[in-house]
Amino acid sequence: MMFLIRSLAATSFIILAWQALVTLADLPHFILPSPLRVATTLWEMKSLIASHAMITTIEILLGLLIGTILGVLTAIQLAQSKLTRYIIKPVLVLTQALPVFALAPLFTLWLGYGMESKILVAVLIIYFPVASAFFDGLMQTPKGWLDLAKVMGATPFQRLWRVQIPAALPSFASGLRLAAVYAPIGAVIGEWVGASKGLGYLMLLANGRAKIDLMFAALLVLAVLTLILHYLVGKFCDWLVNKYQP
Amino acid sequence: MTHSVGIHIKGSASIAGKPLFDALDMTLKAGQWSCLLGPSGIGKTTILYLLADLADHVDFDGEISLDDGKPLLERVSYMAQTDLLMPWLSALDNTLIGQRLRKEPTDHQKAQNLLTQLGLQDHINSYPSAMSGGQRQRVALARTLMEEREIVLLDEPFSALDAGTRADMQALSARWLKGKTVLHVTHDPAEAARLGQQIFLLQEDGLQQIKIPETPVVRAVDDPETLTCQGHLLRLLCGSSA
Ligand SMILES: Nc1ncnc2c1ncn2[C@@H]1O[C@H](COP(=O)(O)OP(=O)(O)OP(=O)(O)O)[C@@H](O)[C@H]1O
Ligand SMILES: [Mg+2]
Repeated sequence: MMFLIRSLAATSFIILAWQALVTLADLPHFILPSPLRVATTLWEMKSLIASHAMITTIEILLGLLIGTILGVLTAIQLAQSKLTRYIIKPVLVLTQALPVFALAPLFTLWLGYGMESKILVAVLIIYFPVASAFFDGLMQTPKGWLDLAKVMGATPFQRLWRVQIPAALPSFASGLRLAAVYAPIGAVIGEWVGASKGLGYLMLLANGRAKIDLMFAALLVLAVLTLILHYLVGKFCDWLVNKYQP
Repeated sequence: MTHSVGIHIKGSASIAGKPLFDALDMTLKAGQWSCLLGPSGIGKTTILYLLADLADHVDFDGEISLDDGKPLLERVSYMAQTDLLMPWLSALDNTLIGQRLRKEPTDHQKAQNLLTQLGLQDHINSYPSAMSGGQRQRVALARTLMEEREIVLLDEPFSALDAGTRADMQALSARWLKGKTVLHVTHDPAEAARLGQQIFLLQEDGLQQIKIPETPVVRAVDDPETLTCQGHLLRLLCGSSA
């Protein structure tokens, strides 16, 4: 509740400062539109913006889902065998050395202007933080627990499922928090490179036609989407950590 | 009761080049409760690690053999010096973890019975974070007693308990583990005097076996012979902390 009040206060302050800046500096609306103007545009164009927002939301959520699943599977695979660590670890680091931005045009070339290429960018951006955080967690299972499992004659799968994974969930949660920050960035970059739908596309389009108020409206919606995502993922992570490390 | 097996451990050990014990020669008689005492850092836990096959970090030059000539594998249960409870599992689920890890059917009845006998009937569904140190230690004890292994290694299993609870838990453990080959590491001479069917003392100058009271175990806490043995042990332990 306190958080909500503080957020509202901060937002109101920013809007006031923004309005003051526009009024006092007498900025033309094609440089910086006033908050009121942005709000009006947002209202008038709500169905257009909503349809693009829907696309971006789907890209973000699918990217997050697929990237997280792939990251989790990779981490488990890596933690299971030295051989895979030896082979896959360099590949993993390599995917990080290549800036995904640079690959985005290629994905558009290969996968087209649809959602697939955007989802792929988001997946790639999310994949590494999830895989590496979860992998670290799996490898740092306290030795005492592994010893216990060994003496008890645990099967490898049960050891993984009942000891290593639960013990690594807090690390996984921190990877997932990062992923939630990156996911919208990935989707929007994908849209900037080439798209016919989505908030990123709408922003570029509006910018190109000097409809700065529309651009701001789209930006605002993107910001709200991102905040909601952070909030929900954060809640989920808190729940996970509390459940497994009370 | 399943048949019990004697253990012979012989050899010397060092950790990272630092010698620990030399020419150790210790025989744990089949089906007997053996106590091991000694100053902190002398290598008691390390002996348990060796017997539990957890001693990758130890350079052990020697041999561990069993009476029946078969390997130790999957015949040992081990209660470590720390409780090693999993914070995400309730007391009951922590007690059942061995069966779950082996993918055996779980025996809730037995686990609940054990926890109740250990005085944890009100904590069966509690999580470790909501339990006291002594309660946690008793859950770890329950988890160990759940295992149907012939050889049981206990590393200071009662250290966190008050004197009364401790005496109760000693009697209860002795009852549950009757007929098993037990190696019990303890710092408490009274505990060793009360439970030991063999008592070993590991010190700088090596391992010695102490004469045990004639009274059968579990000996009464105020049995005169037990008290004499306890005093004798304490005297031997005094001044050995170098
Ligand atoms: N993993 C390790 N790496 C290096 N040294 C170790 C390791 N484990 C134990 N040691 C050393 O080996 C010696 C014996 O340790 P051990 O745990 O067997 O002692 P202990 O007799 O059980 O002592 P305590 O009564 O305090 O539990 C100690 O000096 C300790 O510092
Ligand atoms: Mg010890």
